[in-house]
Amino acid sequence: MFDIPLPAVLAQVTIGLINGCFYAMLSMGLAIIFGLLNIINFTHGAQFMMAAFITWIGLNQLGPWLGFPELQLGFWASLVVAPLIVAAVGMGLERLLLRRLAHLDHLYGLLLTFGVALVTEGAFRHGFGVSGQGYDPPEMLQGPIDIGFMMLPRYRLFVVVASLAICLATIWLFERTRLGAYLRAGTENPRLLQAFGINVPVMITLAYGFGVGLAGLAGVLAAPIMQITPLMGGNLLNIIFAVVVIGGLGSISGAMVTGLGLGLIEGITKVVYPEASTVVVFVIMALALLLRPAGLFGRET
Amino acid sequence: MSSTLRLFWLFVAAAILVPFFPQIVYPIFMMKVLCYGLFACAFNLLLGYTGLVSFAHAAFLGSAGYVTGALMIRHADRIGTEVAILAGVATAAAIGAVIGGLAIRRKGIYFAMITLALSQIVYFLAVQFRWTGGEDGLQGIPRGRLFGLVDLTSDNAIYGFTLVVFVAGFLLVHRIIHSPFGQILRAIRDNEPRAISLGYDTDRFKLLAFVLSAAVAGLAGALKALVFQLVSLNDVSLHTSTEVVLMTLLGGLGTIWGPLVGAALVVGLQNYLATLGDMVTIVIGLIFIVCVSFFRLGLVGEFLRLRKSA
Repeated sequence: MFDIPLPAVLAQVTIGLINGCFYAMLSMGLAIIFGLLNIINFTHGAQFMMAAFITWIGLNQLGPWLGFPELQLGFWASLVVAPLIVAAVGMGLERLLLRRLAHLDHLYGLLLTFGVALVTEGAFRHGFGVSGQGYDPPEMLQGPIDIGFMMLPRYRLFVVVASLAICLATIWLFERTRLGAYLRAGTENPRLLQAFGINVPVMITLAYGFGVGLAGLAGVLAAPIMQITPLMGGNLLNIIFAVVVIGGLGSISGAMVTGLGLGLIEGITKVVYPEASTVVVFVIMALALLLRPAGLFGRET
Repeated sequence: MSSTLRLFWLFVAAAILVPFFPQIVYPIFMMKVLCYGLFACAFNLLLGYTGLVSFAHAAFLGSAGYVTGALMIRHADRIGTEVAILAGVATAAAIGAVIGGLAIRRKGIYFAMITLALSQIVYFLAVQFRWTGGEDGLQGIPRGRLFGLVDLTSDNAIYGFTLVVFVAGFLLVHRIIHSPFGQILRAIRDNEPRAISLGYDTDRFKLLAFVLSAAVAGLAGALKALVFQLVSLNDVSLHTSTEVVLMTLLGGLGTIWGPLVGAALVVGLQNYLATLGDMVTIVIGLIFIVCVSFFRLGLVGEFLRLRKSA
């Protein structure tokens, strides 16, 4: 790999780091949802996609739809609004459908969220087609920035910083606040927590909303980088599952570390052996299963 | 003869009549139902009777289809069709052994995610390899001669052959389910710790069930490749893996007839909705939601429950 120019390596490593940020945010959301609901949220990819589309719609379609062509929902507004919308829809889903399955085999929750993902993706495909939509980053984040040893598009730097901040804030929320303590307790022993007078069903709804909201945040951040298509989430989710299997769903910080790490490894693989870059995460998953069946940070469920 | 088998032979008798009355049911539609029905039976062996969720079954269906198709395209004049089918089934079983061997190291939800992730590798390989035709898939697969003797090219010949293979596959799955081995699988499904405490090496049983299921799914895939004379990336995609989950769920998990009924419904629905394009995904998703929320036993399961309570 020594004959490959350094800028190319750095460029791929940056892309890997950015992908890793998305993996981290998405797998943290999955881990949070799994902790309290004991299901794997197959809708996660669709919710990520939904947020990206809301961002795009807010800028390009909302005004004309409502009859005020001047009205636009900019990137910064979307960064707040889109995750909230996605989380609200998610909490509705949890209340109306998922809750009814809570006492059953986890298989049914998995299949239900899967069905919801199909409907969501199908609806967006029906409305917007499969061709990708582009989205320009906000003006203050356009153009490159010199970070000493390389030039980096400003927006990419912003994504890395913002995602890391979001991840760390989430960990802080879970490890250091009272609400986080309740959520962790709900993961360990929901009945006992309820006996202490905590409204566990509300905690479950909140946890689902929070996990989905993280996917929404990731979706908004991804809008200016990825092609916005109805399939963007589904494709990503396959990799996220592998990440989650490697890291285990038991630890939120574990999900973050694994996500970032695998993004970097994927980026480096793209430099060293491009053909393998699409499968490297899955191969690592297979190896991890052979060597550490319980997951790096996991505990057997 | 049990009532299930009596009903089955009745179904076979009706299926034999289909080519004589194409105005009622198209033989090609019937063959599609038989292929997917066998595929769903294989899947049901795993999900319905062993309690394992696999999102990798398209990898078995597709890989067997690719191997059978590629062999027939290159060597149809030298080998009988049965050799190509066996090679396809063996490939599916081998991939099943690898994916199953890795996936049984984890339980429940992780199992499902591992099968999903590993089946992605098979998909990527199908895109990358040259002999699979990449994005184009394999087209114009010759049906060849069975044992070098029976020409399968004509529509009636392939119909008869499809029916025979389906019957063999269905009876095999039926036999497995009702064998002592099948009883142990159900014990594992209902209470794995208890099965372990009774001294069964449950991992071995689960792996064997996985490989058997993969092999039968491969049989369905090889058959489908010959019937339609094409294999495409769709056959190894997650989309197909989820279709088979839907078929089994809609028909009824853990029932003998469920997968076949579900396959007929889903295939019929696809034909019916083919003109609607993207709406198919939405409708299939809605069926998923309705099935899971309101009738988890599936059509056959609910029917059996009503008959029992009546």
